[in-house]
Amino acid sequence: MKAIDERPVGIADNPRPGRFKKHHMEDFAGRSYTTICAILLIVIILSIVYFVASKGLATFFRDGVSFSEFLFGSKWDPDGNHGEPQFGVMPFIFGSFATSILAAVIASPLSICASLFMTEIVPGWGKKLLQPVIELLAGIPSVVYGFVGLTVIVPALRDMFPGQGIGIAAGSIVLSVMILPTITSIGTDALSSLPRGLKESSYALGATRWQTIYRVILPTVLPSILTGVVLGMARAFGEALAVQMVIGNAPHIPRSLFESASTLTSVITLDMGNTVMGTPHSNALWSMALALMFMTFIFVVIVRLLERRNRI
Amino acid sequence: MKFKKPLLMFCTLVLVLMLAACGSKNNATSDGSSAAGTTTTEDKPAAEETLGGSVLAVGSTALQPLVEQVAQKFMGESQYSQIQVQVQGGGSGTGLTQVSGGQANIGNSDVFAEEKLDADKAKELVDHQVAVVAMAAVTNPDAGVDSLTKQQLVDIFTGKVTNWKDVGGKDEKIVIVNRPASSGTRATFEKYALGTKTEDLQGSIQEDSSGTVKKIISETPGAIGYLALSYLDDKVKTLKYDGVEATEENVASGKYPVWAYEHMYTKGEPAPEVKAFLDYMTSDTVQNGDVVELGYIPASKMEVKRDKDGNITK
Repeated sequence: MKAIDERPVGIADNPRPGRFKKHHMEDFAGRSYTTICAILLIVIILSIVYFVASKGLATFFRDGVSFSEFLFGSKWDPDGNHGEPQFGVMPFIFGSFATSILAAVIASPLSICASLFMTEIVPGWGKKLLQPVIELLAGIPSVVYGFVGLTVIVPALRDMFPGQGIGIAAGSIVLSVMILPTITSIGTDALSSLPRGLKESSYALGATRWQTIYRVILPTVLPSILTGVVLGMARAFGEALAVQMVIGNAPHIPRSLFESASTLTSVITLDMGNTVMGTPHSNALWSMALALMFMTFIFVVIVRLLERRNRI
Repeated sequence: MKFKKPLLMFCTLVLVLMLAACGSKNNATSDGSSAAGTTTTEDKPAAEETLGGSVLAVGSTALQPLVEQVAQKFMGESQYSQIQVQVQGGGSGTGLTQVSGGQANIGNSDVFAEEKLDADKAKELVDHQVAVVAMAAVTNPDAGVDSLTKQQLVDIFTGKVTNWKDVGGKDEKIVIVNRPASSGTRATFEKYALGTKTEDLQGSIQEDSSGTVKKIISETPGAIGYLALSYLDDKVKTLKYDGVEATEENVASGKYPVWAYEHMYTKGEPAPEVKAFLDYMTSDTVQNGDVVELGYIPASKMEVKRDKDGNITK
């Protein structure tokens, strides 16, 4: 209603057609507004990268820790409680990779089956039932996952396997539930955007539904599903709180899946508040944050490569 | 559509402006809080009723509940109603860094500033000891041990003894539930109960929050850890230390050595509104009320004193 009323007024207000037409003004306003937002975003991202890098690189340039000692050393004693301070973060890098890869291994088959169920097998009520459930999973805060893990999964693992139940196994199970929604929703999107012709041709050739799924559909959407898996792993890699509660946080490479271990994120959250800014210990935590950020970049690159393959 | 677009644009712009405003406001409170206090005093040096401004206390999570509760009460008092007290956690290290850097008015800490900061930075800070927190070694009830000597505890936490039967308990593996190496609680326990720094052993568990530590100890067979007295109940077994029970009386008389001061540091002498809050904190009503109620021991009750090097004087 209002829009229609405005139009004649706008034209009447503008006595010099050709100089400041209303749509030019709009165009200019819209353009500058989006540009400002984009620049703001770039500035924020760059300043975060700069901040983390400046703090994180201090470990190597100011505190004189060698790069290889940091990455491959297995002894973590940043305050030097037992002789020389040592900054080996290998156990944490190992813990991070072990938990996120294991989580992806547990979650991927479940998510792929869930998205197949929703799109191919029972597209009707299956989707109506599963979609909200999956969305709900994505919305649960990570503390809740951690708490459930500590209350349910840890005691269960303690009873079933030797050890205290705490460790990489508990961490990966908690994480696998957390990354289920990521992989499932990306898988579902990929499956439902498949051209109908593909499936119909397969049926026309006499293939059964199952043959169609695993010979035609799955190979076609594999790059997209892998994108989902990588994104899920990236999320698992960066998750701190839930893992910290169930993994035990001992700074050692564990001898079994049921022995206390640490991840990069769990050590950062655990130690952050207790260290003083500018000390080698605090700088070492920033270096670990830098390593985490670097890993995220790698995950993004992998996703990009997969997307390129997907475009065929 | 033509009507909706500018509206959307306007909303986003407002949001951006709001975010920008948020940022500057935060800066103003953190930087300007002490300035606000000093101007008040210059205007009216004697009038205590009109004391205003804001106080930011940051640091130790062990002390946070007490400071929060007292801050609520403090702001409810009519003569201090103009003062805003904000309490944040973040850990002892954060508290000391921020008070030393001037971002916070009060830095809450479980340890002496000298143990975390450089000597010349620590010298600028003024210590206000507001309470005492005592810790006790606790085990899962089924370990079958009632008392441990200092040497036995050292053996357990350094990994020399790995089975409860070697210290008079059941035949069960010992599971150590520790705090992170940088934690103030752990520093206190190692300094006063063990007398030595310990390493994080393979297979030991590190948790930062007392609640999680208690949960794990109460559920894991053979677990041992340490908790502040306020967390103790019958879900975990409290051990005697060298035969001395961890009670308030034993701590106050100096018989039980595993305790530490809770510090509230200020940089230099506190501004009037900060001083008002600290005075309120150390007043008898709070010391005998909230401090005791939350499981701390009032600093005034202590019959012994301890300096930063651990020397005890009567």
